[in-house]
Parts: sequence; structure tokens; C-alpha cells
Amino acid sequence: MAKAVSAEQYGPHLKYVPTGGWQGAGVKAEEKLVKTHCCFCGQQCGIQLKVRENQVVGFEPWEEFPFNKGMLCPKGVRRYMQSGHPDRLLTPLIRMENGFRAAGWDEALDLTVRRVQEIQAKHGKDAVAVYGGASLITEKSYLLGKFARVGLGTRHIDYNGRLCMVSAGTAYKLAFGVDRNPNPWADIPKAQVVLVAGANVGECFPITTDYLWRMRDNGGRLIIADPRMTPITRNADLYLPLRPGTDTALFSGLLHVILKEQMEDRAFIQDHTTGFEQVAEYVKQWDPRRTAEVTGVKPEDIEKAARWFGSAERAMALHARGLEHHSHGVENCSAVINLCLATGNVGREGAGPNMITGQGNGQGGREHGQKCDQLPGQRHIADPAAREHVAKVWGITPDEIPQAGYSAVEIMQAIHRGEIKGLVSMCFNPLVSLPDAAFTQEALEKLEFFCVIDFFLSETAHHADVVLAGSLQEEEEGVVGSGEGRVIKINKAVDPPGEARGDSAIIVELAKRMGKGTYFPYGSTREIFEELREASRGGYADYYGITYERLEEEMGIFWPCPSLDHPGTPRLFEGGKFKHADGKAKFIAAEWRDGGDPLSAEFPILLTTGRVVSQYLSGTQTRRIGALVDQYPEPKVEIHPRLAEKHGIVDGDWVTVTTRRGPITLQAMVVKTIRPDTVFIPYHWPGAKSANRLTHRTIDPRSKIPEFKCSACRIEKAQRSV
Amino acid sequence: MFGVPHRESAEERIAMLGYEFYIDASRCIGCQSCVNACAECGTHRGVSMIHLDFIDRRNTIATAPTVCMHCEDPTCAQVCPADAIKKGEDGIVRSALKPRCIGCSNCVLACPFGVPKMYSEMELMMKCDMCYDRTSIGKRPMCATVCPSQALLYVRPEQVKARRRQHPVNEFHFGQETVRTKVHYLMPLDDTAVCVDVADAIWEGEE
Repeated sequence: MAKAVSAEQYGPHLKYVPTGGWQGAGVKAEEKLVKTHCCFCGQQCGIQLKVRENQVVGFEPWEEFPFNKGMLCPKGVRRYMQSGHPDRLLTPLIRMENGFRAAGWDEALDLTVRRVQEIQAKHGKDAVAVYGGASLITEKSYLLGKFARVGLGTRHIDYNGRLCMVSAGTAYKLAFGVDRNPNPWADIPKAQVVLVAGANVGECFPITTDYLWRMRDNGGRLIIADPRMTPITRNADLYLPLRPGTDTALFSGLLHVILKEQMEDRAFIQDHTTGFEQVAEYVKQWDPRRTAEVTGVKPEDIEKAARWFGSAERAMALHARGLEHHSHGVENCSAVINLCLATGNVGREGAGPNMITGQGNGQGGREHGQKCDQLPGQRHIADPAAREHVAKVWGITPDEIPQAGYSAVEIMQAIHRGEIKGLVSMCFNPLVSLPDAAFTQEALEKLEFFCVIDFFLSETAHHADVVLAGSLQEEEEGVVGSGEGRVIKINKAVDPPGEARGDSAIIVELAKRMGKGTYFPYGSTREIFEELREASRGGYADYYGITYERLEEEMGIFWPCPSLDHPGTPRLFEGGKFKHADGKAKFIAAEWRDGGDPLSAEFPILLTTGRVVSQYLSGTQTRRIGALVDQYPEPKVEIHPRLAEKHGIVDGDWVTVTTRRGPITLQAMVVKTIRPDTVFIPYHWPGAKSANRLTHRTIDPRSKIPEFKCSACRIEKAQRSV
Repeated sequence: MFGVPHRESAEERIAMLGYEFYIDASRCIGCQSCVNACAECGTHRGVSMIHLDFIDRRNTIATAPTVCMHCEDPTCAQVCPADAIKKGEDGIVRSALKPRCIGCSNCVLACPFGVPKMYSEMELMMKCDMCYDRTSIGKRPMCATVCPSQALLYVRPEQVKARRRQHPVNEFHFGQETVRTKVHYLMPLDDTAVCVDVADAIWEGEE
């Protein structure tokens, strides 16, 4: 029996040198280059991985891939350091009293199946939930959805994209009838005005910076709305320092001015939309003065932004989590969409609202059933026609498909109160990424059985009963939907090392051992893709015309692509044709309201959280790469000098930030590039440095996204360094 | 309209010489993609030859990269007592030759741009050599290839003229000394040289 190893032995350790050491060109074994895409964010930059002796040992830019043309961010450059990493899980692990022991696959898989079946037999099918991730290729996100519903028979499956795109997804679906950003990125340089709201493009989507700069080279103007001056602000033509949580107020204020000065596109509103009157009526109260009082943006800047946007022939809005991580995240996105609809800026070159998808397969991963209320093809799980189509593809009856289940935060809450007792999780690190980390920790400790499939032992996996050693993105072939809506090919560069296995093979094996093998007859991810094409056929996200070969030849295909000779659909809604039954877009009511963690005398300062360019999400991957950790080693709390002075804080002082959930203590970074009523903490670190120890579990009632961007806090200089 | 930039193939680049390196610091977003990519080179094994600085982080998010400017008459080579720094006919100033460099740091002190760095443990100065192992076979320097804001770019002069609103400047006045470089800075149109001396900016009466 193998000896127990404590969880800490699994890292994070820092890797600085490629496997096999630094080599000059042409030394030692033969190298090959594999064309593929980055494993991190939704930009999905093309990149080539350098492979030597079944290890990824470096990278080379891929200049022909049209989206990024060889450009990369530091995470993409260093990503390959995950290959051959000392922390890599090489065998399944089973929990013991003082750590984990290595186990064989049969033992680990059988234990997992037995425990899951025990729990379901005793407490019902829904007592076990599944967590997936938006880093997974679309084949795997499809597979997990099917595994939850056909394999386990549970209605509870959701994913970490619940923390990302759901506010935008809900708003776009309500307005347009489909959830995909309307314009290809190539449209950005063609806009005359681009409004970037709640998107730290320079640090979260660095490649999009070039698109914005080219827009300005072409004479266009850049308006940025953000409580902080992020790196792209250095070339903002107009910077709107809006107060966290007031986005809907700002956009209502912009629309107010546009309507007052008759800059709306009456013909477009008339011919292609419904619901305008209600929204027009609502924004009457948002004159520049009132908008300024709520948002902190000067009245003259509100007017200027409105006039620029309203008078442009082609205007685009780009938005990301700053807009969406709110308990009114859907309203915020609806307000931006309303602005574009009112000015006729939809469905044309250089014109349209666009969400910037954050995660690698945030787009593809939210289309084919990994969400609690979704079936493949972006179909709704309650829709009888959808259930019938998918049931046929799956070889079951429609009744056998469960109904909608809980979303990610709701699943954790159900675990906490004992309703859900078992969890199977793939590539999700909720202990770091969900709000209210103390609550998440309590919940995980209550689980009767927890199985994690991952390639590193994340902080969440420390709580697992069984860890199944899974695969890195470069170890399985498949497809991903980039933030543009372009379906692209991920190529396999190396085999999983040691006894680690491909994620999809692990799920298939679990299903087999549960007696559901006939429904999962896949020998490869390619076979899953073939079934997915059929399952998505006729749905909104129609992949039927897409094949692996076409993707390689055509550098990706924008969906919908309903047939093999269809070229794909780079731009949606051309000619003002939308996906609702009447073909029209809807103005959706967006009324400003306060968030779920209000300011008070005890907690008078706004806390907002976000990212830094060198780290990715929960950091379970990037906190193991030495160069990336060196770039920004520890989270700091950004504080404006005016606020710092009030509390006797200078740059570098240890500061305790406390919310209703509790305190953390970090060093201060005293900078003028943030509002004086707001502090900012990046969230990529666990434990005592975790920003999510401070955040709260209020979610948007429609999208179920947590309100990461607005918490109430107080700050004080810490008594001594920590 | 300027349209979508075209990325030439390696064949085109070898065939068509005359590519130049340009810096537009105003486009820099401080991501350090350049630093990370440069450090990946097998020749200098994990050490970056490009450096990135925050100008004044307390007051601004502005950042700027520093690459070797490949001066026409390189000051570093002039002051090297070991003749370890060579400039080729292509105008690229190579990094210090390991057999010759004595680690004296004359070049570190003399360079007006602050480029050469001394690695005392190796007794060797190392600096950017414009990715000689790449540019010699028709590949772009790594930093200019990966830069996601294209603050660093390696293109033909006509492409800069066609795409950018600034114009290239390669003349620097350090007090009384004029330095001309192969690498160009993109500057606003009314700037013809970069002046690093307050005295240059003073009106000195009728001339």
C-alpha cells in the first residue's frame, strides 16, 4: 500500500526551466511544431508548441492564424511550462487520514462509482452534482452534460463559466434570441467609436489592444468606462471613472442624451425592434446631472460620450466582467445593448455590442449542455422539441432527460445545507474562484464523496476523496469556440504523462463502470465531435457543417454553420434579422438598482476585484510558472492616495481589508489610478491572500452570476506585517 | 481606411530586406509579453534582453520597453577596452563576445539609453542583438512578433507610413551629443528628434 503524501507536496512549485533544460536551436533530439491555440483566455490566440520527446519544451509564434497573427500575452508565451511540471498528477490519488496515496485506476474508478451509486441509491439521483469547466474542449463539455443526465441521471450540472459569461449570455439571448457576440473582431478597427465598459483589455485580453489601437489609427475614438485607469486608458480619448455598481445608470444617462438630442435611429427602431417606448420612458429621469450624482462621471463627459456614440455611423461597445459581475449584471448588459439598438448599431461592419468572452472555451463551453438548464445546440432543457431531438441523438426517451438543476453557486449552497452530498468536478477550482471562500470551504468539508478530475492538485482538490489524473489541453484533440464565435481546432501535441489519462477517456470509463457504457461508445474525442454535430443540428449553435478538416483548412469557422458547404457566419444580425420568432430585436428593460452588499457606516468603502496580466483565473496553472509569478508575486490592495492618507497608509504598508465575511491582510499599492472611494484586489491567490474571502454570495436572479465587482469593506493599517 | 495588416511569409522577408524596428511607447500596455518571449531564447537561456519599466506607477499606468537601439556609432563599442562589441554591415550591434568581455561595465555606464546589463556571475555583458538567430533567417525579432499592442514592430518603412499616424525618428540629442540609431521611435509629427536636455527646449533669443 503506497504511503500517504500530504497535499502540500503537490505544490504549487515554481517551474523556471523547460523540461530538458534550455537548449540552443538544433541541439539534441528532433523538435516538431504543433499548431494549436492557447489554453488560457477566450481570445484563443494561435500558437505553435515545440515538442521534443513527448514533452512540450517551448513555443513559436503562429503568424498565419488571423486572429492574433503571432501576437501573444505572457501567459501564452509561458504556458508550455506546465508540461513536465513537478506538480503534475501522474496517478490517481485516494485520500487517507494524513494525505493522499497513489492508487491504480481500477481501484480509483471503482471507488468513485461505488460511492456515487451508494449516495444516489440512498438520497436520490439529485444528491450528486457535476461541475465542469470552460477550459475544456467542446467535446468534453458536451460529454459532461451527457454524463450528468444519462450517466448519473442528475439534474445538477454546472460549470465555472457561471462566473464568467452568463450575464452577457442571458442579456443577449433576451435581446437577440441567441447567445453569441454579434461581430467578428476584424470589425473593431472599422468602428468610428468604441466604448469599452468594464473590460481591462490590456491585462485580460491583451491582443484586443492591437485592434483598439488600429481603430484609433483609422481616426476612431476610444471611450473607456472603468473605476480604474487600466493600461488601455493611456490612449483613451474619453475616460469615464464610473463608480462600481452604477453601469446601468451611466448607460441610461447616455441614452437619455441621445434621445434628447434626437440622435437615435428611428427607422431601425421602427423596422427591427420592439419595446423601445418602455426604455425611452425609463431613461427620461437620467439627465446628465442625476447620472453624474450616481456614477461620479462629469455631466459634460456624459454628454460628450453620448454625442460621440450617437453621431457615429459605426459604433461598437465591448464589455467584460466589470459590467457583468453584478447582481444586476443582466441589466447592465441590457443597457449597453439598448444603447446600440437605439442608435442602429447592430449587425453591420464596425457596429455592434460585443461581449468579450473570458475563458478559453467560454463560448463553446456554454453551448452544448454543460449548463444547468441547457441542451446541446444552445437549446433550453425545458423545450419539448429540444428534449425530443437530443433524446433521439442520445438514444433515450425525452422523459429520461432531467429538468433544469442548480447553477454553480447554488450547487455549493445545496452542498452546504446537505441537500447535495456527492460531487464530481473537472477543471474547476471553486475554493479560490467562488465568492465567500469560507463558506465554500465549509461546504466542501461536508461532502460525503468528492471526486476531482484534474492535472494539478488544486486547492479545491485538497478536499477530494478521489483525484483522477487528467489531461492538459495539449494532450487531447478537439474544438473550442473562441470569443469571436469562431470554432477552432485544438491539436494534440503530446500524450498524457505517467499514468495520467485523457479527460474524456476517464468520463467514458466511469460511465461504463456505472453500466451506461452503451451511451458512451467513444474511442476518441473525434467520435464525440461527430455526435455533437448531430446533437447541435438545427439548434442556435449549429455545428453540423463543421469538421476537423475544415477547421484546419479554413482557420476556424464562425457558427452557425448548418451544412458542409456553408462558409460559417462571422457577423450576426445582418440586415436587422434577429433570432426571435418575429425576427426583431427586443429592447429589454434595464433599471438601475443597488447591489447585494450595501455600504454602511461600518463598511463605507467599495471593494472591487479583478485580475492581473500574468495570472489566469484561480491561478492553479499560472501560480506554478516561475516567470509569471515573478511578474506579480503577491496580491496587493490598490488604494488612492486620498483614501490612503485618511487611514495613515503609505505605499507598501500592510493593510487589513474587512467585509461582512471577514478580513484579509495585504500590502498596499498606493496609486492615483483608482477612484478614491474604491479599493481593488486581484483574486488569483488562495487562502489568506484570497480576495474571495471578502466577496459575497449575492447572485443575479436571472444569470446566477456572483457580484464580484461590488462589496462593502473597511480598511485599516495592520498592526504589524503578516 | 488602412485595412487588416498583412503578415509576410518568411520567404518574403528574406527576399525583401529593409525591415526596420520601431518603438511606439505610447501603445505599450506593460504586459511583459516581450520580456517573457525574449527570455525563452536558447541563446540567453531564461534571461530577457528587453526590459520593461513603469514610468511612475503611483501616478500613471504608463509603461515603456527598452531594447537596444543599435546605434550607428555605438557608444558601447567605442568605450569597450576589449573590443568585445561588434557592429555588422547589417547595422545590428552584437552583444559582447564572451571570449573578450572582461566585465568592466564601461558599456553599461556609457550607453545613453541604459541598455547593456552586466551579469557579474558570468563576467559578461548581455544585450539585445535584435534576435540575430531569427532575423538572419527571415523571422521577426521575438518581442515585435508577440507584442499584443504592437508597441514594438518590425516592418518595412512603407508599412509604418501607411498604418501609423506618428512618424519615425532616429536622432537623439543628449545635451551636445547627437546619437543616430537603427531602431526608430515613433513620435508625433511635429517632433523631428528626441531631445533629452531642458536647455534644448529653451528659447534663446533671435538667431
